[in-house]
Amino acid sequence: MLELKNISYAVKDEQTGKKQTILKDVSLTFPDGAISVITGPNGSGKSTLIKILMGFVRPTSGSVLFNGEDVTALSVTERARKGFTIAFQQPVRFKGITVKDLLELACGRQLNTEGMCECLSSVGLCARNYIDRAVDGTLSGGELKRIELAMAIAKGGEVFLLDEPEAGIDLWSFEDLVKVFQKLHDKTVIIVSHQQRILETADQIVLFDHDKVITAGRKEEMFAALTSSAPLCWRSVKEG
Amino acid sequence: MDRTDEKLLEEIADLHGIPEGSFNIRKNGKLLARNSDTDIEIVSKTDKDGIDIIVKPGVKNKSVHIPVLLTVGDFRDTVYNDFFIGDGAEVTIIAGCGIHNATCSDAEHDGVHTFYVGKNAKVRYVEKHVGTGDGTGKKKFDPVTKIYLKENACFTLESTQLGGVTDTDRKTFATVGKNAQLIVKEKILTDRTDRAVTDFKVRLSGRGSRADIVSRSVARGDSLQHFRSDMIGKNECFGHVECDGIVLDRGRIVSTPKIDAVSPEASLVHEAAVGKIAGEQLLKLMSLGLTETEAEAAVIRGFLN
Repeated sequence: MLELKNISYAVKDEQTGKKQTILKDVSLTFPDGAISVITGPNGSGKSTLIKILMGFVRPTSGSVLFNGEDVTALSVTERARKGFTIAFQQPVRFKGITVKDLLELACGRQLNTEGMCECLSSVGLCARNYIDRAVDGTLSGGELKRIELAMAIAKGGEVFLLDEPEAGIDLWSFEDLVKVFQKLHDKTVIIVSHQQRILETADQIVLFDHDKVITAGRKEEMFAALTSSAPLCWRSVKEG
Repeated sequence: MDRTDEKLLEEIADLHGIPEGSFNIRKNGKLLARNSDTDIEIVSKTDKDGIDIIVKPGVKNKSVHIPVLLTVGDFRDTVYNDFFIGDGAEVTIIAGCGIHNATCSDAEHDGVHTFYVGKNAKVRYVEKHVGTGDGTGKKKFDPVTKIYLKENACFTLESTQLGGVTDTDRKTFATVGKNAQLIVKEKILTDRTDRAVTDFKVRLSGRGSRADIVSRSVARGDSLQHFRSDMIGKNECFGHVECDGIVLDRGRIVSTPKIDAVSPEASLVHEAAVGKIAGEQLLKLMSLGLTETEAEAAVIRGFLN
């Protein structure tokens, strides 16, 4: 189980010099064997929360507990080795590093063609066409996103942090994407998403709203609450 | 040949012992071994130190190895090698030089190589420079490469220097004829107080000529690199120069481009990017479980791959 206790995060606005609060006193619980989807408008702190969970940024205050252990001070590497796995919202490009290299780094051992196929076919890519390709600008945004997910699958782990995994992936492949989430159903899966189709896969929905008040609830309750009150962010999700 | 020679040969030319086909192995300024065959003839020069390598027209899928070993200090070896590639020939030339200097005096190898590439010929020229030995003497290379490409010829230069070389000043000149193509893939890694200068002068003189020069370099420690390119488009042509550099520690990379479209039909592009490893690249790899040092090594390994 992953818990956030009273997490706050503030940065100094470089132009005005004023303190800007991104997250304020957030306490959340992400249970094992459940998919939690975080949704909400742009700029509400969803990606920041993911970065705090992975250790990319340290919260200003509060703590992150993993199976009861305080991991707030652990580095990215230490968290990765404890089973935290992330798929970036915007995949990183590398000069000269191939898909095969990254998959092998992710799983920590050499992979044969069969192993590569297993990772890549689950995200709808044919290993033969991709393993020797450099993970750079020669790949499309959608291909990079799929490879990013394949890397997360190759690495494995206990906590999966997937930041807008659907971005850039065509509508026709949504079912495959949902299958990937279903495969991770025995893990702690935290997905940032704006897509209703992905919200529907959730066991728990977390809403980040404009006023920074964050609510969590069971999917059915959250759907009912959101559709009846229809705050701005939810309307844009529905219309989008 | 002793164990040091074998190790150097393996590193610079992927050779495990004496190769098949034509070859010329030079050690400490003297001929160590040679084989010349009817397709690729190797002849010693009579007016100066060096060899002529004559590839018969139409020869296909052949290779020739011409490695050089230098295992003593206080020695400067200059060699003049001329390559005559016949029309329509397709050949791979594995050159490269390894200096093992365990002394406090300098060891230097300067290969002056000139390529005359015939019509429709294809050449892949692989040159690897390696420096080993813990002496304080320099391990120095100042190669000069001149390339003349006739109509429809294609020349690929793969030049690699991945550490151990303390000083290098490389000069490459090329004249590219009608519909001919020059491809350069250069990789350089410097460390400690190493100095590396690479200088390309390319003249795209023929209609439809092309050149693609990509240099990737890593400067760590207190090392300094300078990449210079001077490309002239004298006809309808396309030229692309790219200098990509990663700096670590206190390393420094200077890139000086010059492109001159003398002909209004010439299209020339120069790209350069120098900086440290992008933070997001390190974070991505660390999120896979690598330490920062391992992530840095993985980025550099891929970059110079």
